[in-house]
Amino acid sequence: MIISTTENIPGHNVKKFFGVVSGSTVRAKHIGRDIMAGLKNLIGGELKGYTELLQESRDDALARMVQEAESLGANAVVNVRFSTSSIAQGAAELFAYGTAVQVD
Amino acid sequence: MDPALEALIQLGAPLALLALAFFTGRRAERRHYQSIRARERELCMLPAVTFRQIPSSWGVDGVGLVTGSVVISVDHFKRFLAGLRTLVGGRIKSYETLLDRARREAVLRCKEQARARGYHAVVNLRLETTRIAGKSRKGNATAGVEVLAFGTGLELRRDPR
Repeated sequence: MIISTTENIPGHNVKKFFGVVSGSTVRAKHIGRDIMAGLKNLIGGELKGYTELLQESRDDALARMVQEAESLGANAVVNVRFSTSSIAQGAAELFAYGTAVQVD
Repeated sequence: MDPALEALIQLGAPLALLALAFFTGRRAERRHYQSIRARERELCMLPAVTFRQIPSSWGVDGVGLVTGSVVISVDHFKRFLAGLRTLVGGRIKSYETLLDRARREAVLRCKEQARARGYHAVVNLRLETTRIAGKSRKGNATAGVEVLAFGTGLELRRDPR
């Protein structure tokens, strides 16, 4: 599976379009991580627990998107975009979407 | 207890917290900027650009998604200063440097991932900024901002013809 943020993939021609595929996940924070983050909020700096959490969740969303593309019979996803929104106190939605295509 | 002593404690505790945040926050920022500058120099041979299309003259052997993200927070002292600043309006420098650090860090992580995977350049780099809402009693505490940098890593042919 080729995943790209560009509209075309050099060396490959798009044979077939399958439309938009997407994957999303909504995650809440872990209480232990929240306590550490509260401390970091005081002294400033990177909130490593959150960085890891969001990274894992985003990989999850991406995996779901790839799964959807595979079930359609695509072998590449082009023009991939990410979006993150915090939808409630302590919860965030990670969303990945792109266009599933078949390339040669 | 002596009322004067009590007043001193009530006033002193928040001030001590502010002073602690001031020193730790300043040190953290200076260290972060040092690390950012050193890594930017190291990675200057791996360009990241916002071209939407890959130039047709480039010999490309492989492509793949690369991402880098960071969640970063300001310290208590700077948040206090920013709170004062919102009364009179104007630039909030402490938040500007926070976002600058976050963006540069995210791009660096994106480039580091690209290098680890054997790519030579990153095209169509995009940046996304999200405020991560924290639990707060007053509802105005910024738990942090997340900056995500993502793009397409390119494996370039050594000798493009």
